[in-house]
Formats: sequence, structure tokens, C-alpha cells
Amino acid sequence: MEQSMRHRQAPPAGSAKVRLAVIGAVILGFFVALFVGAPKPITWPNPTPQFEADASAFDRVSGWITSLVFYGPNAGGEVDIRLIVLWLVTAAIFFTIWLGFLNVRGFKHAIDLVRGKYSDPDDAGEVSHFQALATAVSGTVGLGNIAGVAIAISIGGPGATFWMIVAGLLGMSLKAAECMLGVKYRQEHADGTVSGGPMYYLRDGLRDLGRPGLGKVLAVIFAICMIGGAVGGGNMFQSNQATAQIVSQVGGEDGFLGNNPWVIGLFFAVAVGAVIIGGIKSIAKVTEKVVPFMAVLYLTAALIVLLVNFSDIPAAFGAIIDGAFTGEGATGGIIGALIVGFQRAAFSNEAGLGSASVAHSAVRTKEPATEGFVALLEPFIDTVVICTMTALTIIITQAYLNPDAAELGGVALTSSAFETVLPWFPAVLAIAVVLFAFSTMLSWSYYGMKATGYLFGDNVLAENVFKGIFLFFTLLGSIASLGSVINFSDSMIFLMSLPNVIGLYLLANVIRGEFTHYQDRLKSGEIKEFAHRH
Amino acid sequence: MAQTVLVGVDHGDASTRAVEFATDRAQRNGWEILLVHVINWSPYSMNTPSENEERHRQRQREIDHAMEHVIAPMRAIVEHGGVPVRTEVRHGKPSDTLIDLAEDNDVVHIIVGRLGDSGLREAIFGSVASRLVQHANVPVTVVP
Repeated sequence: MEQSMRHRQAPPAGSAKVRLAVIGAVILGFFVALFVGAPKPITWPNPTPQFEADASAFDRVSGWITSLVFYGPNAGGEVDIRLIVLWLVTAAIFFTIWLGFLNVRGFKHAIDLVRGKYSDPDDAGEVSHFQALATAVSGTVGLGNIAGVAIAISIGGPGATFWMIVAGLLGMSLKAAECMLGVKYRQEHADGTVSGGPMYYLRDGLRDLGRPGLGKVLAVIFAICMIGGAVGGGNMFQSNQATAQIVSQVGGEDGFLGNNPWVIGLFFAVAVGAVIIGGIKSIAKVTEKVVPFMAVLYLTAALIVLLVNFSDIPAAFGAIIDGAFTGEGATGGIIGALIVGFQRAAFSNEAGLGSASVAHSAVRTKEPATEGFVALLEPFIDTVVICTMTALTIIITQAYLNPDAAELGGVALTSSAFETVLPWFPAVLAIAVVLFAFSTMLSWSYYGMKATGYLFGDNVLAENVFKGIFLFFTLLGSIASLGSVINFSDSMIFLMSLPNVIGLYLLANVIRGEFTHYQDRLKSGEIKEFAHRH
Repeated sequence: MAQTVLVGVDHGDASTRAVEFATDRAQRNGWEILLVHVINWSPYSMNTPSENEERHRQRQREIDHAMEHVIAPMRAIVEHGGVPVRTEVRHGKPSDTLIDLAEDNDVVHIIVGRLGDSGLREAIFGSVASRLVQHANVPVTVVP
């Protein structure tokens, strides 16, 4: 059925020009806004990284890749305009316009889908929209929402919150686009299992557009980057941060664990290994149950902090709006606030990276568009709700004004904000960070495995090698200061957005066609709610 | 046309007694029996990505297992009594799913064993039987 639908929308002549014009206008507008509003001259740094004479080959390679991916002009102080962030935000703006503000129009329908109003009762027992969304969200929500936001506010000032929310709202349509495609081009295997994600829509989607070669190349590049991102940012970085949290709560730097952080790394490696090699599902199950509980606890605690400081809320919102448009309190002024806010949103909700598309594609539905609608809730939950709560807590308690913010690090900064009202909270936050990190590791081990499976044709040996490497890096991540390795792995995660977003632009007509066709049938009553009696 | 009664079953002796009771009444009243087993499932539970990937296959396994181990022995009892029988295995919240199926099949009576849930669940939410008694639109017989 889906095969026949793919060719339904022949791209009308001239639509490519319109699309190019929109992309062009968006990019141009963005740059104009950036440079016209810049209060300080922007200097372009020398893109060539400087190395010590004894730097290892890996450090050099990693340094080059990092400086390329995160290349960008300096907007003053610690604020660099990352081109990769510009790339993601441009795509987010483009798809928001291209899909006619689907993020706003489709919001209620997304909620209805998650509530199961359109779920066929005969599909009971299959993966529901809620479950696909929850799985994807638990892979996304993590340190970025806690630690990343704290750092962002300390650099970008309260105004960064405003731009972070804007970018979160824009990311919704981009996420909807990639997750819809994930379902549309997923592979349903003979044994009933499903594989989906950018690898498949890049390969098969572009093949259908008559560009099979390009599709294959982009799919392979994507898969390689996803393996790198899984091992690095989705694993080593998580293990590293979780270890730091445990050490800070138990004995400190000079304690036993502080001196032997590998013990914690080994513990994580064993726990992750028990799930991904040993197939011990109960560990994963417990984590999946505890993580949403921790998220609710975190939000509740943030609400309590806000309520206790109730009278300061108007002032906090004032600071956010002022900061957003005057740049007050931000390194690099308004540009600093804007860049930092956009960057935090992009790093946190992962819209445009394509990772969530893998998780969403397991849903049970005959309509790929439905999962697109559901996916647009993801950046909303991640960025507009959770990141914003962290930001408000930090602003209202004025924790971001701490002069040692940069040295303290993100988690400690957030911790100190909560501590002003809830003295016992740092311990809970540490547990939450560890659990978030663990669940992120599990999600990314899955993403990495799907990428390995794609590259090596579901070869069991290849998948086992990947698992081994993954666990080795879990252990490695716990041993502190792996700056170049962590930069490298972050680069790999963001490199995923290159092939993915190129593919999304090329498939823009298919994406819009699918959503339009679905909405037409929704309007005409061809797609109906099922009568749910409870 | 024969009237249909729905018998909700799971593992355990109470279900066997309920099926025996239903078969006996069905013989006398000329009823047809719809045997139903509901696998407890919520669309709002949390899963890992690999669980989601395998869910379709896993669901079929659960249904096959229930058909073989829960439904088949009960079906044998009904057939032994010479009563026409249909069977169904569904995923969902047991009480709600039984009530929905009763409505969809124009069932005139629901029969269940008294024990269903156990322990803590029952203490908090009440048993399937008590929820059926409260919410069903047709008479409910609970067999001790």
C-alpha cells in the first residue's frame, strides 16, 4: 500500500525553485538578523586547530573534525556561532514554514493520537503512539536538560531561555518530518520485527526520487556517524558525567571512588552489558519505569522552587524578555543570548539529527503521518517544558550569577539552585542524573546497533563487536578528562545532521505530500476516531 | 438465534469452576459461550527500544501461549458439555476489555471466577470481578 502512495505526489514544476527561495530567504534573514543586530564586531577565528608537539594522532584527527563540525565565528567572549547549529535551526525554520506551522496546527491532533483516540482497538498489545513517544523521549531527556541549560544561562543570561524556547518550538516540525519518514520507509521483517530510521529513508526515499547512488552514500555516512555518536556522546559522555556525579556525592575527588573512577565505569559497563549482551530485560525495564518517575520528581521539585519564590516570577520573566531583546546579562549581548539559546535547544532535543526517527519507527500504525504528529511533542516536552523549567529555576534563584559557574559545571549549578529551597535535593538530582545517563546509554546502544545492523546486513558478529566496543567506551568514559575524545564524539552526533537534513530537504515534497494527504482525509472524515468507551 | 454468554477466564481453579458453571447453565438455557482471556496490557507502559522493535512478534507469542495454555483446557470443558463455543484472546485492561467485548457481541450475561488479580493490585484497584459488577451493562455472575 505504501509503495503506491510514494509516487502519489509528483513534484509540481517550479516547486523546487520555491523551496530554494524559501531556504535562501530563511538563511539570508538569519544572517542579516545576526549581523545587523550584533553589538560587537564578530571575528572569524583561524579554523586551524593548534596542537602541542606531543599530541597523539587521535588528538589531531579529533581536533580537526571537531573544529570543522563546530566551526564558526566568535560572537564575543565564550560565544561562538556554530555553523552546525545554524544548519539545524535553518532546517527547523524551513520545515516549520514548509509544513505550514504544523507544530501549532497539529498540536491538538498529536495529543489525541497519544491518548489513543485514533488507535484501532484490534491493535491492542502492539506498540502504541504513547509508547513510541515515551521511548524516544527517554533517549533524549538527560544531562542536556539539567547540566546544559545551567551552563547556557550562565553564559547567555536569562534571555537565552527565550531563544531556547523559540528554537524548541521550531524544532517540532523538523522532528515531525524525520519521524514520519522513519515510519514510512521502515522495513518490516518476515519475523515481525521492525527496523527504521534515516538509513532507510535516505536509501529508499532518495532511490524513489531517482537518486539511488546519493541515497546509499548518505545512508552509509549517516550510519557511520550514528555509530560514532552512540559510542561517544550517547555513551562515553554519559558515563563520564554520571561518574562525576557519583564521585561528588560519595567521598569526593579524594575518596576511594574519586581515585578509582574506573570502578564506577566498570559497574556501568556490567549493567549495560547485562542488558545488551546478557539480554537481562529486567534491568532495562526497571530503568524505563524509574526514569519517568525521576522526570516527574524533577519537574515537581522545580515547581516547588518556583512556588516558594512566587513573588519573583514576574521579575524572572522580565529578565528573560529583556535579556532576549537587549542582551542584558549575556556574554556577547543579544547575539550571545540568541546563539546560546538556539544551541542549547538544538543540542538537547536532537531535532534534525535523525536519532529519534529510529525509536519512533516501531509504532503500530498504517499512517506514517500519525507518528510525525506524535513526534512533534518531543521537542516540546524536552525543550519547551523540561529545559525551560530548569532555566526558570536557575534564573529565579539567581544561581546563574555565581561567578564560579563555569568551574562548577552544569549539574552543580542546577543543584545549587534547587538547594536554596530543597536542601536534600542534590542527592536526588545525582540519582536522577545517573539514571538519565543510564537510560540514554541504553537508547544509544540500540541506535548504534541498528546502524551497525544496517551497514553489515544484520550480521551477528558485527553487532557483537559493536556491543563490545560500546561497553569498552562505557568504561573508558568514567576515567576523567577525555576532552578530545568527547569533542570527537559530540562531533559525530552532530555530523548525523548533515546527511539527514540534506535528505530531508530532498524529500521535502514527499514529507509535505504525506502530511497533506493525511490531513485531507482527516478533514473529510475518511480517518475517524475510534469509539473508546472508557 | 442462541443467546451468548461471555466467560472471562485466566489460569486457575476459579476460572475452571466458572466455566463448569457456565457450561451447565448453557446446556439448560441453550446458550452459546464466548470464552475470553485478556492479557493485561496498557498503551501507557514504558518500553525499551528493543522491546518496541520486537513487540509485534511478542504480542503474537503471548496470544498463542494464552490460546494453548489458558483457552484450550477451558474450551475442552465447554465442548465436552456439548455447548457451542467461540474463543477470543485480547490485550488490554481486563475489566474494560471484557465489558467492550460483551457489548460488541450482544452478550446477555457475563460469568467470571472470583479470583483474578492477586495481592496488592487487588487491594488497591479492586478485583476484575468487582469492577465488572460495578460497570457492566449486563448481569454479572461471579463464581466462587
